Amino acid sequence: MDNKRKYVIPGDVITTGPFRPEQNVILEGDKIISTTIGISEIYDDSVRVLTLTGKYIPKIDDLVIGKINSHTSLSWELDINSCYVGFLPAQDVFGRDFSAHADELSSKLKTGDLVAARIANFDRTRDPLVTISDRDLGKIDSGVLVKISPSKVPRLIGKKGSMIQMIEMATDAAVTIGQNGWVVISCESPEGLLKAKKAIEMVNEKAHVANLTDQIKDMLQIKDNES
Amino acid sequence: MGGRDATMVLLDENGIRCDGRKIDEPRRIMIKAGGLKNADGSAYIEFGNNKILVGVFGPRDVHPKHMSNTDTGILRVRYHMEPFSVDERKRPAPSRREIEISKVIKEALEPAVMLEKFPRTAVDVFIEVLQADGGTRCAALTAASVALADAGIPMRDMVAAIAAGKVADTIILDVNNEEDQAGQADMPVGYMPSLEKITLLQLDGVLTPEEYKKCVDVGVQGCKVVYELQKKALTDKYFGKGGD
Repeated sequence: MDNKRKYVIPGDVITTGPFRPEQNVILEGDKIISTTIGISEIYDDSVRVLTLTGKYIPKIDDLVIGKINSHTSLSWELDINSCYVGFLPAQDVFGRDFSAHADELSSKLKTGDLVAARIANFDRTRDPLVTISDRDLGKIDSGVLVKISPSKVPRLIGKKGSMIQMIEMATDAAVTIGQNGWVVISCESPEGLLKAKKAIEMVNEKAHVANLTDQIKDMLQIKDNES
Repeated sequence: MGGRDATMVLLDENGIRCDGRKIDEPRRIMIKAGGLKNADGSAYIEFGNNKILVGVFGPRDVHPKHMSNTDTGILRVRYHMEPFSVDERKRPAPSRREIEISKVIKEALEPAVMLEKFPRTAVDVFIEVLQADGGTRCAALTAASVALADAGIPMRDMVAAIAAGKVADTIILDVNNEEDQAGQADMPVGYMPSLEKITLLQLDGVLTPEEYKKCVDVGVQGCKVVYELQKKALTDKYFGKGGD
């Protein structure tokens, strides 16, 4: 591990000097202090901490997997594994000629359904607005839901998607990763499904290990030879 | 308790206290981060004979709704002593003392926790004292701050706490139950070591201005020792195996 990366806990002074504080750090005088448990990274002019704990906080344009909790006559409410509920307006599904009398929301999405959605808008004054009107979004009909810690999602994706591509290639599974830590795996063969699930759970448990990619590779390939 | 029994055996001529410690020596402290599966964050502390378990939930929805704040998140703390935590059974209902300590700990944590990042939510801290032996509020505050970090709540700094006091006209660190009952003063200090700020300062007893300054100083030094243990607890949990 290169020496610019460091394990930090809240209150640790990462560095001093003219750096720009980015995620999970604060500037206090000239000290840059971590606000969470994680790994600090110093770039040319900025400092940030990749967190290892914590809940999912919605961010605009994030892809999330949500579960329909309930609906009113105008909108659905989604559980997006966060401290806020996702808000999916009916117009998004029925189109602009939606009418609260004529259209029944539960005809399209029922309580308990899983959807792949994108955070369309979110600020601190209101709950996150989600949309499913885009390619690859919408109701998820088949697959297995795996819940991992939201802070480990970047590790599961890997650099430029390397980790998840490797898992997908080795198991022939299609994996949809929500930034909120919910992951849906669908696969034709049951073995591939189980293997992908195991690999994802392993990433979740061992996210801080340095040579995780090799370990995952080993695990997938050993299984390959056996079958 | 203004020094009734100051000459008991609280401090002998060699500077050894009733439980064998030196004047600036804290009790044995063990902190463990995590341990509770269903809580978002948790910590367990053994501070001498104190045994305290802390669970943290949140940020999460506020119930009842009218308590929520649109500008910021809220922090709620419950300090509770088990009926078996003291010599004689304690009634489990929250007492006046427990309500006060809950408030004091909440206010000592608030400067550290960055709740403004989560408007309309609540962070709940549940502190259960399993065994009490003087200085529970400091131990509870120390553990609560570890549990909050474990839950991933953004914090400006950790809060470490320890009590300083006066026994037999001498300023000591980490007041135990006997010293609290029979000593001359007890001063719990909560401190953020990186920011060098005090978040909790109480005083029960009488001190001269010089003694007061010395007492705060001793407390702050003690907090730095406690902080190292908090740091170790979190490092062990998160970077223990396979770390560099």
